[in-house]
Amino acid sequence: MEHYNMNLTLKVWRQKNTKEKGHFETYNVKGISSEMSFLEMFDVLNEDLVHENKEPIAFDHDCREGICGMCSMYINGRPHGPWNATTTCQLHMRAFKDGETITVEPWRAQAFPVIKDLVVDRSAFDRIIQAGGYISVNTGVTVDANATPISKVNADKAFSTAACIGCGACVAACKNSSAMLFTSAKISQLALLPQGEPERHKRALDMVHQMDEEGFGSCTNTGACEAVCPKEITLESIARMNREFLSASVVSED
Amino acid sequence: MLDSKIPQGDIDKKWTEYKGHVKLVNPANKRKLEVIVVGTGLAGASAAATLGELGYRVKTFCFQDSPRRAHSIAAQGGINAAKNYQNDGDSVYRLFYDTVKGGDYRSREANVHRLAEVSANIIDQCVAQGVPFAREYGGYLDNRSFGGVQVKRTFYAAGQTGQQLLLGAYSALERQVALGNVKQYTRHEMLEVVIIDGKARGIITRDLVSGKLERFFGHAVVLATGGYGNVFYLSTNAMGSNVTAAWKAHKKGAFFANPCYTQIHPTCIPVSGDHQSKLTLMSESLRNDGRIWVPKKKDETRKPNDIPEEERDYYLERRYPSFGNLVPRDVASRAAKERCDAGYGVGTTKQAVYLDFRYNLINKYGRTEASKHNIENPDEATLVRLGKEVVKEQYGNLFDMYQKITGENPYEVPMRIYPAVHYTMGGLWVDYELMTSVKGLYALGECNFSDHGANRLGASALMQGLADGYFVIPYTIGNYLADEISVKPIPTSAPEFEAAEKEVSGRINKLMSIKGSKSVESFHKRLGKIMWEKCGMARNAQGLQEAIQEIKALREEFWNDVRIPGEINEYNPELDKAGRVADFMELGELLCLDALTRNESCGGHFREEYQTEEGEANRDDQSFQHVAAWELKNVGDWTLHKEALVYENIKIAARSYK
Repeated sequence: MEHYNMNLTLKVWRQKNTKEKGHFETYNVKGISSEMSFLEMFDVLNEDLVHENKEPIAFDHDCREGICGMCSMYINGRPHGPWNATTTCQLHMRAFKDGETITVEPWRAQAFPVIKDLVVDRSAFDRIIQAGGYISVNTGVTVDANATPISKVNADKAFSTAACIGCGACVAACKNSSAMLFTSAKISQLALLPQGEPERHKRALDMVHQMDEEGFGSCTNTGACEAVCPKEITLESIARMNREFLSASVVSED
Repeated sequence: MLDSKIPQGDIDKKWTEYKGHVKLVNPANKRKLEVIVVGTGLAGASAAATLGELGYRVKTFCFQDSPRRAHSIAAQGGINAAKNYQNDGDSVYRLFYDTVKGGDYRSREANVHRLAEVSANIIDQCVAQGVPFAREYGGYLDNRSFGGVQVKRTFYAAGQTGQQLLLGAYSALERQVALGNVKQYTRHEMLEVVIIDGKARGIITRDLVSGKLERFFGHAVVLATGGYGNVFYLSTNAMGSNVTAAWKAHKKGAFFANPCYTQIHPTCIPVSGDHQSKLTLMSESLRNDGRIWVPKKKDETRKPNDIPEEERDYYLERRYPSFGNLVPRDVASRAAKERCDAGYGVGTTKQAVYLDFRYNLINKYGRTEASKHNIENPDEATLVRLGKEVVKEQYGNLFDMYQKITGENPYEVPMRIYPAVHYTMGGLWVDYELMTSVKGLYALGECNFSDHGANRLGASALMQGLADGYFVIPYTIGNYLADEISVKPIPTSAPEFEAAEKEVSGRINKLMSIKGSKSVESFHKRLGKIMWEKCGMARNAQGLQEAIQEIKALREEFWNDVRIPGEINEYNPELDKAGRVADFMELGELLCLDALTRNESCGGHFREEYQTEEGEANRDDQSFQHVAAWELKNVGDWTLHKEALVYENIKIAARSYK
C-alpha cells in the first residue's frame, strides 16, 4: 500500500468538565503518516501539547482493535468518521488528504453527559442492561450445552446482534438521541435463543422502560443508527424489538 | 514456606474431595461478608456475579467506563473444553496433558487437572446464558483446532469469542447489580491494598473522574486485573491494561511468580512505524487454514502471488511435520524470528512472514463447495469465489480488520504477520485455592501464574479466566471466609486505611511535583524498547544484565524528569498513565532478573545460551523444575522462593512437535 504524509488542521471540542461550557480549539498537526490510526494521530497531537506545557485532549479508548466499544469520536459530523463499519480506533489516516480540516466532537446526547473534552458518560447503557439484558441463570447449571439444538440460522442471527459493542454511535447519529438500536440488539439476541424465552416479555418491557427513563429519545425510523453502526447491526433488530414489546404489552397483566 | 495446599489423593479425585470437605458459610452469614473484586474481565465479572448469586456482598472495581470494556473482550479465536463432541478422542486427561506439555512442564499438575475438569461446565454455563457460539446445520455446537493439540476442542463465536463470553459474564454481573448483591464502581483504579493484622481487608482507589481517593473495606480482596504485557509498550493488550493492582499487592507481600514467562504470539500485524501505539493480533485459529511461508530466496522482490510453489519455504510444515502450522505459539514465534534473522523476511521492514489462505481457500473450501453445488471441473476463479464465502463466515471480521489496518485484501494477497507480545503466563503466586501469599488476598485469571506454565496454549486463557471465576473461587473463598464470620466490617477510619491512603496521596503528589520535561509516553516507549530488545523473544545473560542497569537508570530519570500536565483532582489520563508506567518500570527489572536467574530455555522463555543444535529450547529439569516466586524487600532487592513442581501423572519428556 502506497503511503504518504500529510499536514492537517483539527478543530477539537474542549470542555473542562460536565459543568463548564465547551468550545472548539484549532490545532495544526504535521507529518501525519497515512499508515497511522486516527487515534495515533491524536497521540501525536497530545505529545505536542505536553511538550508545549498544555493539557492534552481527553478521549476514551482502550483496545484499539475495534471491539471494546470505548472510543467515541464524532468526526466531521459522523460518529467514528467516514468509513463504514469502522470504529474510530480502526479508522486510518489514509481516509484523509493532505491539507484537510477535520472537526472532532464528543457524542452529543442528553443521556451521555460530557465528562471532559471528548469523553462522555455512557453508564446509561449499563443500566439498560441491568433492567433485563440477561438470562436469569445462576452459575452451576448442569444442562449439557448440546441438550438443546438451536438452528444455525437463529444462532447466526443472534450472534450478529450480540456483536454490539455498546459504543453509542447509534445514539450519537440519531437526531432524537434514541437508544433503540442498542437496546434492540440485546433484546433480539435473547429473543432468538430458546434460553431467552421464559423472560422475553418482561425483558422487553423493562429494558424499553429503562431506555425511556434515561432520557433517550424516540425512534422515527430514519436509519441513521444503522448507517453508522461499526458492527452493522440493522433496523431489523428494532423491528423485532417492537414486535417483542407489542406482544409483551398485550399479554402483560399490568 | 511456599505451601501450595494441593489436596492429597489421586489427581482426578483431588478437586472432588476438596469440594466435599471444604468449609461452608451458611446463607445468613454470607450476607454479613463483604468481598472486593478488582477487575471485571472474564475472571472478575464471573467471580463477582457468582459470589453475588451465593449471597456475599460484593463490590467491583474497574478503570474502564463499564465492565464490558475489559480486554477479555478482544480475545478472538475460542475457548477450549474437554467435551469430546467431535468424537475424536478428547478427554479431561488429554486436555490436562496437552496443557502441561504445552506449558513445557512448568505448571502445577493439580491446578491444570482441575481446569480440565471444569472446562466442560463452562460451555454449559455460557450456552445457558445465551452466548451464541458457532453451530452446525444440525443445531449442535461446532469446534475447531488450536495450536499444540491434535483434537478439535475449541468452541468459538466467529473471531469474537472473547466478546461473547465477556458479555455473558457481564450480563450475569449486571443482573446481580440490579438485584443489589453487587455494587459496581467504574472509572475507579485500585492504588493500594490495605492489610490489617496480616490479612487483606480493603483497598484504596482513585476515582478517575474526580481524582478523589476513596477507601473500601472487604473481608477478602480478589484481584482479577489481567496481565502485564504492556511492560513491552507494544503488545496486543489494550492501552489501559496494566500491572498496577498486582504490583501494589506484590509490594505489600504477595509473591510474584515466573515473571519471565511471557508469550509472544506468532501471528500479529507487523509494526508499520514509530507512531505505532499497539499491535493487533490475527487469531491463532487462522492457522487452521492459513499456511505460513517465506521465499526460499533471500531478498526476494517478487510479489507473493508471483512466487511459484516450489520457491516457497513452508518452514513450519518442513520443521514440524506432525503439527505443521499448528505448533504452539512459542515454537511458531521463534521459527518466524529465525527465518527473518536469516534474511528471508518479507515486506518493507523484512520483519514479517506470509500467512497464506489461498491453498485452503481453493482446495479445502472451494472444492467442497463446488461439489456441494455439483459444479464439475471448476476453474480456479470459481473455486476462489466459492471458498471465499466459507472463509468469510469463519474469520470474516479478522479479514476486515486486517484490511482496515494495512489497506491490503487478505483474500487476494497473503497476510504479512510477525510475532508480538500477547499474554503473560507469570503473575501473582497463588496456592491451590488461588490465595496469594497474603491471607485473604486472591488472584484470578491472567494476573495469577498457575495454569499455563512457561507457555499458554491457544484458547486456554478464556477457559482459565472463567474456570477461576465461575467454578473455583466460589468454593475456595468460602474456606477462608468461614473463619471470618464473626469479624465485623472494619471502619475505613482505621489507622491502616489512613496510612494506606497517605501512601497513595504521597506518591501522586510526588509525581505531580516533578514537573520535568519528558512525557509519560516517551518513558513507556523507552522501557518497551529495552524490554523487547533484551528480554523479548530471545534473551542472553549479558543483555539481561544490561537491561537491568538501563531500567534502573530510566526509572531514576523518570522520577526526576517526567512531565504530567493538569491537576490531581480532575479527570487526568496523563496522571493515571504515569502511575502505571512507574509500576511497569519496577516490574521490568524483576522480569529481567527472573529471566537472568532461569538458566534454561522453556516455553516462552528462550535463553540463547541454552538451545539444542537445531535451535530448539533446552530445558534443565534438574535445576529448574520449580516455580520461581519472588518476594520484594525493596525495589531492586528481591528474595527468591522456590516451589518444586512434581509430575506424578505425566511423564516429562523433551517437548516435541516434530
